[in-house]
Amino acid sequence: MQGLPDPKSLLDDDRADGSIYSNPDLYDMEMDRIFMHNWIWVAHRSDLPAPGDFITTFVGSHPVIVSRDRKGVVHVMLNRCRHRAATVCELKHGKTASFVCPYHGWAYGLDGALRGVPHQEGYTGQLDKSKLPLISLKVEEYNGLIFASFDKDIMSLDEWLGRAKPWIDLFMKQGAGWPVKTMGEHKFTFPGNWKIQLENTTDAYHFPIVHKSFLDSVDAETQNTFDFVEGAGFVEDLGHGHSVMVMIPELVDLDEGLDAPIPERFAELAAELAKDYPDEQVRKIVRAVGGSGFNLNLFPNLACSMAFFRVLRPLSVTETEIRHIAIGMDGGPDIANEARLRLHEHFQGPMGFGTPDDAEAWDRVQRGSLAGKDISILLNRGLGHEARREDGNLFSDVSAETGMRAAYRQWLIAMSEEAGA
Amino acid sequence: MSITLQDAISLITLEADMLDHGDFHDWLKLYTPEGRYVVPIDPDVEDFEKVLNYAYDDAEMREKRVVRLLSGRSISAAPPARTVRLLSRYRMLESSDTHCTLRCAQMLQELRQGRVHDYAANLNYRLEMTEDGLKIALKVVRLLISTEALTAVSYIL
Ligand code: FES
Ligand SMILES: [Fe+2]
Repeated sequence: MQGLPDPKSLLDDDRADGSIYSNPDLYDMEMDRIFMHNWIWVAHRSDLPAPGDFITTFVGSHPVIVSRDRKGVVHVMLNRCRHRAATVCELKHGKTASFVCPYHGWAYGLDGALRGVPHQEGYTGQLDKSKLPLISLKVEEYNGLIFASFDKDIMSLDEWLGRAKPWIDLFMKQGAGWPVKTMGEHKFTFPGNWKIQLENTTDAYHFPIVHKSFLDSVDAETQNTFDFVEGAGFVEDLGHGHSVMVMIPELVDLDEGLDAPIPERFAELAAELAKDYPDEQVRKIVRAVGGSGFNLNLFPNLACSMAFFRVLRPLSVTETEIRHIAIGMDGGPDIANEARLRLHEHFQGPMGFGTPDDAEAWDRVQRGSLAGKDISILLNRGLGHEARREDGNLFSDVSAETGMRAAYRQWLIAMSEEAGA
Repeated sequence: MSITLQDAISLITLEADMLDHGDFHDWLKLYTPEGRYVVPIDPDVEDFEKVLNYAYDDAEMREKRVVRLLSGRSISAAPPARTVRLLSRYRMLESSDTHCTLRCAQMLQELRQGRVHDYAANLNYRLEMTEDGLKIALKVVRLLISTEALTAVSYIL
């Protein structure tokens, strides 16, 4: 097709052209080829635990309803009435037996089937309700993570997540034996391209620089835990654009190391928990409260990031919405979940001690990238000592840009496929 | 004698002035030791401890917030955003000689990196009479857009 940018010409093994953050034509291609042809994360199981529960969200730029029908099956449907396109639901979440369009009253079931049309005689037999359900996307779930795709021919979610699956399982150990549940979210936007955020989740290099003021606000023991840039951690390419960045190797498997001393900052919590739980379980809960020691970046829109879900949504080529979803133990002790909420508030969100500084850095990347023309952004950190594990995964040190290179390789694969093929 | 509306207004407009002018150390002294500064997300919630907020600060967190704003070590606060806020529509909801609760409106405009943001909020205060005079025991900032996407707020609302 004429006039479309050529993604191949913008990306090298170790760099990308700065225009990838601001080219509107490239953005339109991304919204089609990436956000309509990959698995996009839409919800966590706990967002709609019971039949009749629903949430509204987006797949790329498309508003959708995620609902659980009477049999417990999850549906992801375009939030668009089949009559004249009004959104049928504007609640962020709720419980219902049906979705009734407010314009002319067409009524849809939890599975999207068109059930009722007021004054149907006016169609004199020319309206076949069975042909006009809400438009469904493909839906699959892995360990509580629910994904959807417009592409009916897409590979299974199982295959897509592939080598990232064991890391998802490790991340979910933050339930400390209980199921993981979401506990609210911080939502904010920044004036920059979504890929700047995608990169950041696999960027350990920035942490001691950008997060100085956060590190100032925690005790010496915690500062030490977060002093990982020259540590034993690593970044590993998990295929399909996914990667894991292990910052704190001791906190990869939360079921292990239970005899390690309890950090000072959790001493009070541990003492309180000891009134109701045996020592071993107290240790397990406290370790879970502290969160995992890694960021799992799942291409393109979800990260299981230390102790929360990070979800990104492109709003335009130069604006991105980020959600930091707090998670906790479903059925676990209130004081432990409250401790997690306080930790989340401390770092995350528009008023946290960490996120605003991240957002400022991303904002600067966007503005700086507009200076000059044909100038690369570098993605070569850690390339010199990148190696392969026995299973084939590329890996390098914790501050390497291996995860970004993995994401951009997948970006190019997705962008090079024929649209709508 | 009950705390008067005039006394209450004096205290909270003093707070507003301090926050707009960066007198953060003096701001800390306006609160009781057990006082809370809260910016909730959910407009209906009262039990802030049990839910996720934007900010749920006890004395220790307030102090850390001030250190962060003044340290020059946070890129989102160096230089800090400049703000101008107006308080109005005061209503005393309850008052005795030991404490009072009042509600008012706050319109705040922020300038940072050449961009202006407006934040409207309902403020709810609980004030307490102490040996050192009237102090803030609870300030709840209910942002009109609390459930929408915000941008980074590296200052005190
Ligand atoms: S647009 Fe929905 S019923 Fe007419
Ligand atoms: Fe960061």
